[in-house]
Amino acid sequence: MTAPILELRSVKAFYGHSEVVHGIDIAVEEGGMTVLLGANGAGKTTTLRAICGMVKSEGEILFAGERLDRRATEAIAQLGVAHVPEGRGTFVGLSVEENLRLGGHTRRATARESMQRMYGYFPILAERRRQQAGALSGGEQQMLAIARALMMAPRLLVLDEPSFGLAPRIVEDIFTIIERIRREQKVSVLLVEQNANLALALADHAYLIETGYIVTSGSAKALADDPQIRRSYLGY
Amino acid sequence: MEKPVAPAAREVAGDSYAGLNAGVWRLIGVLALIALAAALPFALSKYQVFELTMVMIYAIAVLGLNILTGYNGQISLGHGGFFAAGAYTAAILMHRYGVPYWATLPPAALICFVLGVLFGLPALRFEGPYLALVTLAMALAMPQLLKYFDTWTGGQQGINLVKPLPPPGLGLDHDRWLYFVVFVVLLLAIRVAANLLNGRTGRAFVAIRDHPIAATAMGIDTARYKTIAFGTSTLFTGVAGALSAIVIGFVAPESFSLFLSISFLVGSAVGGIATISGAIVGGFFIQFVPNLANDISDAAPWAIYGLAMLLFMYAMPRGVVGSLGPWLARWKRQA
Amino acid sequence: MHQLLQQIFSGLAAGAIYASVALALVMIYRATDLVNFAQGEMAMFSTYIAWTLVNAGVPFWGAYLITLTVSFLGGMMIERVLIRPVENAPVLAAVVVTIGLLLIFNATAGWIYTYTVQDFPSPFPDRPIFGALMTTRDLGVIVVTLAMLVLLFAFFRFTPIGLAMRAAAQNPQSAQLCGIHVGRMLALGWGLAAAIGATAGIMVAPVLFLDPNMMGGVLVYAFAGALLGGITSPVGAVVGGLMVGVTENLVGTYLIASQLKLTVAFALIILVLVFKPNGLFGTAIVRRV
Repeated sequence: MTAPILELRSVKAFYGHSEVVHGIDIAVEEGGMTVLLGANGAGKTTTLRAICGMVKSEGEILFAGERLDRRATEAIAQLGVAHVPEGRGTFVGLSVEENLRLGGHTRRATARESMQRMYGYFPILAERRRQQAGALSGGEQQMLAIARALMMAPRLLVLDEPSFGLAPRIVEDIFTIIERIRREQKVSVLLVEQNANLALALADHAYLIETGYIVTSGSAKALADDPQIRRSYLGY
Repeated sequence: MEKPVAPAAREVAGDSYAGLNAGVWRLIGVLALIALAAALPFALSKYQVFELTMVMIYAIAVLGLNILTGYNGQISLGHGGFFAAGAYTAAILMHRYGVPYWATLPPAALICFVLGVLFGLPALRFEGPYLALVTLAMALAMPQLLKYFDTWTGGQQGINLVKPLPPPGLGLDHDRWLYFVVFVVLLLAIRVAANLLNGRTGRAFVAIRDHPIAATAMGIDTARYKTIAFGTSTLFTGVAGALSAIVIGFVAPESFSLFLSISFLVGSAVGGIATISGAIVGGFFIQFVPNLANDISDAAPWAIYGLAMLLFMYAMPRGVVGSLGPWLARWKRQA
Repeated sequence: MHQLLQQIFSGLAAGAIYASVALALVMIYRATDLVNFAQGEMAMFSTYIAWTLVNAGVPFWGAYLITLTVSFLGGMMIERVLIRPVENAPVLAAVVVTIGLLLIFNATAGWIYTYTVQDFPSPFPDRPIFGALMTTRDLGVIVVTLAMLVLLFAFFRFTPIGLAMRAAAQNPQSAQLCGIHVGRMLALGWGLAAAIGATAGIMVAPVLFLDPNMMGGVLVYAFAGALLGGITSPVGAVVGGLMVGVTENLVGTYLIASQLKLTVAFALIILVLVFKPNGLFGTAIVRRV
């Protein structure tokens, strides 16, 4: 395994005053896709928020050798971690193009070029570039959120439940694009999902989190083949 | 890890301190406070008694504002106007029609209730800063209207009133008698407010404040409750105004400027907007802090007053009672 | 007829001043979701700074630029130090803080500069134009206000920082995820508003004469104008301010009971709001269920 681009060591994370993640270790391979699986309330989103400095945490969070755990959210973004939060986080009052421009805020020199590339990956966004983001469908907003994150030319893309609330066909489209982007842009991806099937098919490495503890980890294929996981999380 | 307790948690039946039930302790505490308040006028000078009477009057006014702002989430910059309405109702009734002072309270209450409902109806359409503007208009219009209709209001000069005579045989002078009158009204106001706010109406108010869409979905007639909140709120403040006319013995448009409305709002915020006891804290703030500010700096007393406002909000953004309440509850849980 | 036109034009001139202060109010509301009740007093204080500089011999435009810079920095400091502690507190706490600031600025100005009314120079000569319908000074005020509006509009629409500010106001968390320092955007909003306010104050002072209570009435009308136009819209602020100015003037001229001018003017404004509860150009405050 190549050097991990992101490492969590004994990380605890808090939701308000309650500790919801109890000392977990995670490593994301550079250039690879790692998925964090788990049920509702297991602590997946809180873990991602801890990485981006949005909640209180303890322990070490290392990104390409730099400690993230004492930094502010915008500083972490500037370092090259792009987070597509739960619920997409698009600026619904602004246009599609303005959303993308905001994504390029930290990389203004190459923003125009990046925007063209995003329109290449997501042609529907090019069509709707002047429309208000709030008028887009769920799937389109998800694409916009991902495109906005990629405008940051990140080294690590963190995705929180991109399939949430979307029809299966749209989810497949989005996952295909994500995989394509990972290969072509050489971005490392940390993916949080409840939809285990698709995630495990695409990912290299997987972790399973339950009530704040990592209970299983291994290659994605190993987890997909594990009968107990299949029964509990894949439904067969 | 503890489960968070709702802020209005009552003691569980069976909580026992030194052999007595918590509810009994609370009753003892309240009775002790009432006894203390009743004894105070005999220990203080006439002027101090007058100041405390004003504290209670402001407390009733702020209680009215709390009902609107705290429990119903609507900000009013205009309660000084309703205070004035109550004051002038009482003054005109006493001066022109010879109505005895105690009989002016019900008409003042009624008129201010109706005014509040009339105001509340269009105010239903407005939110946040827009509502603030509409109530601001009330505060600004009132002094102008009072000066304009001078045949009724005595115009700029106002109306001079005769201070009511205390009933014979009690051995009380004007100031002490009025203290007790206002005290009784305050206790009544607290009782009525508590009943209202702890009952169905109060719960509806809070629901409308915190989750208006859910409240409507549950069948709560938002419009009706918002209007009732407005009317009740102005009723309280109007009665306070009537009492102020009686106690001070004089009404004039200058006393009811925008600054009065702002004082009420500040008193409400400092005490704690969604509380009843906070209104009393607010009353103390309104009456005493400007004088204290003057003592500290007679060159720029209002700067000190402004500074006091800032410091209170930084230290206790939910007001004294609003902040101490949850703090006390947490302390009780740990004990 | 001539008198009517004259009143309308002088109403526009007064309205332009309300419009400038309304612009500052809208700026702060868009950046931090607050109405800054201290805006008028801050503007007054800035004007006193300009006055001090002019009296010390600094040429007018130099004094203006220095005042603008000082006000900008001052506005940022105020947000950072005095407003930030209550930004996440209940709205009423922030309202009380701005009211407290109003009192502090007013009393401090009175203490430092006394309440004696002072003269203040205007950069515009006071000559009648358009057949005595207006003066060049009135026109100057209107032009400056419109220029500020255009600059603001361009700033928000076309510059990266303007976009970042809009983003930070709409969705602070997502803005942070884009690498935007939200706190700096908030401070910037207050700084710009303070600069706008300073400009407004400097335009008011030659007309109303400089004293600590100069901006009291202006703030009330500016607030009304900002809401009439829509508290989230800069264009609305200007339109609203101008409308309020004209209304105030016409009511003052033609209403028999001139003592009720404020009452009637406000009644008319509220009447319009009853039909448009979010102002003429405002957008509804969206409530997420």
